[in-house]
Amino acid sequence: MDLFEYQGKQLFAKYGLAVPSGEVADTPEQAKAAAEAIGGTVVVKAQVQVGGRGKAGGIKLAKDPDEAYAEADNILGMDIKGHVVKRLWIEAASDIKKEYYASVTFDRSAKKPLVMLSAMGGMDIEAVAEEHPEALARLHVDPLVGFQPHHGRWLVYHAGIDEPAQKGVLDALTKAYEAFIGLEATLIEINPLIWTADDRVVALDAKVSIDNNALYRHPDLAELQESVTDDEQERMAHERGVTYVKLDGDVGIMGNGAGIVMSSLDVVALAGGKPANFLDAGGGSNAEAVATALEVLLSDPKVKSLMINIFGGITRCDEVAEGLLTALDKLGATLPIVVRLDGTAAEAGRAIIAERAPANVVVEPTMLSAAQRAVELAKEAS
Amino acid sequence: MSILVGKDTKLVVQGVTGREGQFHTLRNKAYGTNVVAGVTPGKAGQDVEGIPVFNTVRDAVEATGANTSMIFVPPRFATDAIYESLDAGIDLTIAITEGIPAHDMMRVYTHLQRSDQRLLGPNCPGAISPGEATVGIMPTDVFTPGRVGIISRSGTLTYQISKEIGDLGIGQSTVVGIGGDPIVGSSFIDVLTMFEADPDTDLVVMVGEIGGDEEERAGEFIAANMKTPVVGYIAGFQAPPGKQMGHAGAIITGSSGTAQGKKDALEALGVRVGTNPTEVAEIVADTLK
Repeated sequence: MDLFEYQGKQLFAKYGLAVPSGEVADTPEQAKAAAEAIGGTVVVKAQVQVGGRGKAGGIKLAKDPDEAYAEADNILGMDIKGHVVKRLWIEAASDIKKEYYASVTFDRSAKKPLVMLSAMGGMDIEAVAEEHPEALARLHVDPLVGFQPHHGRWLVYHAGIDEPAQKGVLDALTKAYEAFIGLEATLIEINPLIWTADDRVVALDAKVSIDNNALYRHPDLAELQESVTDDEQERMAHERGVTYVKLDGDVGIMGNGAGIVMSSLDVVALAGGKPANFLDAGGGSNAEAVATALEVLLSDPKVKSLMINIFGGITRCDEVAEGLLTALDKLGATLPIVVRLDGTAAEAGRAIIAERAPANVVVEPTMLSAAQRAVELAKEAS
Repeated sequence: MSILVGKDTKLVVQGVTGREGQFHTLRNKAYGTNVVAGVTPGKAGQDVEGIPVFNTVRDAVEATGANTSMIFVPPRFATDAIYESLDAGIDLTIAITEGIPAHDMMRVYTHLQRSDQRLLGPNCPGAISPGEATVGIMPTDVFTPGRVGIISRSGTLTYQISKEIGDLGIGQSTVVGIGGDPIVGSSFIDVLTMFEADPDTDLVVMVGEIGGDEEERAGEFIAANMKTPVVGYIAGFQAPPGKQMGHAGAIITGSSGTAQGKKDALEALGVRVGTNPTEVAEIVADTLK
């Protein structure tokens, strides 16, 4: 789960990591009030989860509350790379002497936390890593030992952090690591981490991702999740506990198991079609799971045909077929549905559909032929 | 012969009295797996259709000599269950549980490197050596004894590919699900190493998916160390960046972990990669000719 900047900064503050004082604003009036409360020059920042906000005009300085109102009015509703701005973060402007970069990431490859620090902050860190690899100090931490002061010192010296800022950066790294562990984050990125004119070290941005599997231990973080999803089908799926990802095509897809669904998307694309979604109805897809999944798929007006790809293992294909019939009866869908059943009780499942399913449901023998048929039917329907 | 599970397996099941645990334990036993014990705290002295239940894994090991454990407990208790199995000296722990927090696995993995014990999963379907033994949740009907090894990050896709291969008259030595989480106990390389040493495996199918760099690293390992031919498959070409595709580990981060990147890397290292499960089976048949 990715958090917004303001959420990340609020969490940083809890871990003692210095951030500029700020407030959330959803309207120009709130932005003005926030600017008055903070005092002095403020920064009005669009809260969207996409890079390049500044260049897109989503971050503006405001010298007084009236300017904050005007900038907020301008930025709210703005479309930044497909993300509509609904919320702003108003914070005290900082007097920056230098911009650094700091992060703690979950390194899948090394299977350890990776702490990175650079004196070249405020820019795309992947570019820094490529063009100036020597400017990026990297250190893996043994998770059973934890982040020790000597780790911090090594990073600070090797990143070439300016002497007056070294102590502050050391402290920031320690707290960032504590936040990484405490929040069970997969990413804590501070870009830029700034050295201010009055020699403080402050997190000017916050990128935080939390491990979804750990949310049961963090009910306060789990609550933040609701504000993250915009899409109607994704929200429906989330409420119903269905694993769903929206894509931009017109062939709706469901299957049982993440791998077979990913593979289904690929074969639809190979057949010249465009998948509308990823939907995993789960390993034990019973009648109810099929009905729930269909409900989500059919609510998407872009979907022109469906491909249902089931490999019965523990799942029985005859149960899936029954579930499909019940769901169609209830939902009354008329769009073409291509079903491919294989594995446990596949014969029985196919027979149920052949005998009792409405005319818009067809059975195909293989994954490839089902994909081809679903693609053809989507093209005919559009 | 086979790897990981077989005639020598003596299985203890952690979470044996739960609904899922019991169901799959009995299926494993019916297939011929030597299930010697179950563990559920507080239920020592009971039995599950003749399988004795113990309070702790250590008690089970002392009484039965179990060497393999299958974990069926819910995510919030599963990390403890893995440590319990390791502490009891179990050689091979197979964690079926999906949803174990990544930070827990980071610590488990680091701990595991300090011993020669092995962990498969979590979030995996287990392993089967057709005709010998199965440990996990795989549908046994799909598999036939043979000489092709399969390693996969996904369950259903493994069944699909095994069936496609089976339809061409080719069976499997051992089929191993390594799990769909970002950190799993055994990597492709770990299992490839075992298949390379197995005289009864003539070819290995490696089924990968988006996320991480295990497939790329496996490719380098194959090119440098393997005489046994390997055929690849990668799922997730249509996956958008930053979205988790079902498995916790199936996510493209920035520009790394894409299906195309993995396919290109494997092919550059001489590994043939099928574009769909049917083509994978055809390449397997062609390579074995």
